Amino acid sequence: MDESVVDMKGVSLAFGAKKILNDLNLAVHSRERLVVLGQSGSGKSTLLRLIVGILRPNGGVVRFKGREVSRMRRPHLNRMRQKIGMVYQYSALISSLNVRDNLALPLEELTDKKEEEINRIIDEKLDMVGMSDTKNQMPAELSGGMRKRIGLARALVMEPELILFDEPSAGLDPVISSVIDELIISLTEKTDATSIIVTHEMDSAFKIATRMAMLYQGNIIENDTPDAFRRSKNAVVSQFISGSTQGPILEKKK
Amino acid sequence: MDGGILLMIKRFLQHLSSIVWLMVDASQEMADNMIRGRLPFRVNTFFEQTDRAGVGSVPLVALVSFFLGLTMSLLTGYQLRPYGTERLVPGLVAIGFSRELGPLITGIMVAARIGAAFTAELGTMTVSEEVEAIEAMGIGPLRFLVAPRVLAVFLLMPCLVVISNVTADLGAALICKWQLGIPVRYFGDLVHSSIESRDIVAGTIKSFLFGLIVGTVSCYKGLAVEGGAAGVGDSTTSSVVIAITSVIIFDTLCNIVLVAIYP
Repeated sequence: MDESVVDMKGVSLAFGAKKILNDLNLAVHSRERLVVLGQSGSGKSTLLRLIVGILRPNGGVVRFKGREVSRMRRPHLNRMRQKIGMVYQYSALISSLNVRDNLALPLEELTDKKEEEINRIIDEKLDMVGMSDTKNQMPAELSGGMRKRIGLARALVMEPELILFDEPSAGLDPVISSVIDELIISLTEKTDATSIIVTHEMDSAFKIATRMAMLYQGNIIENDTPDAFRRSKNAVVSQFISGSTQGPILEKKK
Repeated sequence: MDGGILLMIKRFLQHLSSIVWLMVDASQEMADNMIRGRLPFRVNTFFEQTDRAGVGSVPLVALVSFFLGLTMSLLTGYQLRPYGTERLVPGLVAIGFSRELGPLITGIMVAARIGAAFTAELGTMTVSEEVEAIEAMGIGPLRFLVAPRVLAVFLLMPCLVVISNVTADLGAALICKWQLGIPVRYFGDLVHSSIESRDIVAGTIKSFLFGLIVGTVSCYKGLAVEGGAAGVGDSTTSSVVIAITSVIIFDTLCNIVLVAIYP
């Protein structure tokens, strides 16, 4: 039986004349932590936005748990989105709401839970990310790493089946970056959630991933376990992993 | 026809259709929430916006209208005095404001004050991915962000127009008393005898319409921001320009229609 949580088949997307994705195929299975690697501007974040239905592909099919996202009407799409948590590169916390209200927002708007239960869930999730004492603080008062953790807690409040991470450790110092990586691993294991992590930071990628995919020129050119990825014969993948200036990536740019 | 004009018409129609779809989608999101037995939007947010758009605009609207009423009665009074018809001034100011200047001036002031604030706020939320995050959570940003703002301006605009009319009449009454020798009580009688229900109906229709225009244009421009801080600035400027221009154009159209159907 196909256990795919996300299934993308022949997906193409272009912004005007600029092709971003070109006949892309990718399946993400239950409880996997798939890390999508790729250069800046290669379409990694776009991939996440297609899954959550914020963007619609020009061609191909995007399915979440067997249902075609790109054909869903808005009410159905909104209901599907409640099963997906998204953590943004710059956290995207609502700046006019404090931490407590940021976490309460989806619970108050989308569920019939009583305030007591909402408070209990918020306390639990903040505790999970080690941010229990920030409940009354505004996002502007928090550091980048703290905002990321709050963003992660917000993504967890609806107990999602799929969590999407857009550059979770970008712009953080190595210690906080490791804390975030460990949080991603422990929380996805604790909640049994499937996760897709978009990054170009190799240390984080190998630490988090149970499977890795490399996006290059609009397509997935390698899709395998982290060990197999390290041994990859693909010149683009090897160059990307090593960070070398010699290889097809820069040659192509020239 | 010139290609530039065709392009302008095409862009105008694109914006117009986007604004219509924004309202359709916002209504759909609210209806979906109501079907699920929930309120169409957060009541707290609605009251926050009414406070901001309505109560916060009272001093500006009152002050500007007071001085306009004062100036209008002063200038018309001096023109009419040689003919001994200065007692027409109270009616002229009252009809002028309740039918035309009240809604128009209030519409322009609200577009500049609240329209700009809505666009800048939503624009900043758009570039910092807050709007997208709300959408990705399945909350529906149009219901959550746009509906309370548009409804607040739509419902508060007639109240602001009433304040504009009253303060303009107050300014006119002062000039009539001190410069034209018309006592305040007589001023009131003259206003009462000259103003008709059609003037009030016309003003009310316009005020609701202008509220809708300012609310939708400012929210649409806020959500359509692209390109960071500079984009927010450009969009805010363009929002104010479009809203004020639309208010003036729709004021003229309203006058044409109202004069034809309700002379």
